[in-house]
Amino acid sequence: MRLYNFAAPSRFYALTGLLNPWLWLVTAAFAVAGLYMGFMIAPVDATQGNAYRIIFIHVPAAWMSMVLYLAMAFWAAIGWAFRARMASMLARALAPTGAMFTFVALWTGALWGKPAWGAWWVWDARLTSELILLFLYLGYIALVEAIDDPRRADQAGALLSVVGAVNIPVIYFSVRWWNTLHQGASISMTSAPKMATTMLIAMLLMTLSFWAYSFAVVFMRTRAVVIERERHTAWVAELVREGKGGRA
Amino acid sequence: MNWQSPSEFFAMGGHALYVWGSYGLTALLMVVEPWLAMRRRQRALHDAGLAEVWKEPGQ
Repeated sequence: MRLYNFAAPSRFYALTGLLNPWLWLVTAAFAVAGLYMGFMIAPVDATQGNAYRIIFIHVPAAWMSMVLYLAMAFWAAIGWAFRARMASMLARALAPTGAMFTFVALWTGALWGKPAWGAWWVWDARLTSELILLFLYLGYIALVEAIDDPRRADQAGALLSVVGAVNIPVIYFSVRWWNTLHQGASISMTSAPKMATTMLIAMLLMTLSFWAYSFAVVFMRTRAVVIERERHTAWVAELVREGKGGRA
Repeated sequence: MNWQSPSEFFAMGGHALYVWGSYGLTALLMVVEPWLAMRRRQRALHDAGLAEVWKEPGQ
């Protein structure tokens, strides 16, 4: 068995069909553990009260919004450079999930900003660059949906997503490059965490849950895209004739 | 344990709107998104089936 076999849409479809129930199980398990840690074990914050508990979804969602963008740009570029069909389909499937997490990061940020700073929104570097990320996702989706020829749409999407990737380091380092209301990095490779251990564990558990969720939902959507694009092939015809699309 | 009663838990020390507003919308989106993805695949399979039916007479 060779790994690149999974670059064939039929193999990808079958493999992810087997994988997905387990990914959902992992998503739920880490979410339950993370929420329990975050609400039952982690103590109330001395200065922020209970509003700080938003961090357990805010930070993981913000991380996912950046990671998923880089994944989208990466696979779009691979699909473009090597004419790899499966890579382009993955890039397409990543965009809505990335946009969803970007929106969650902005939404939870607003709901945290109000009690913490007294404002739902400020035009500071971190918030503004994250808003630009949302527009990049939406722009990518609008662009690829507007072009009828899938190959040309993939190429245009690849160009947009790769150029837009400059925004990712801007988001990440914005709290260092500019004076900002937003607090600095929650976790850094070079210094000890600034949070209580229980808070940190709760946040990391939620991060793992969001990772598993992202894999699961992106695989689900990729499988839909695979069927849409491969519907005239023999293997999809066989799949339909058997009366089952495989497991969700 | 952080909470003496369920009502204390739901009140979130006066920050209920912010905390539950955050968690509520996130949970909603994380249910709706997989549901939409599932429906999209079902529709794609359905359309592929129709394409298959249209091919039949020519065979």
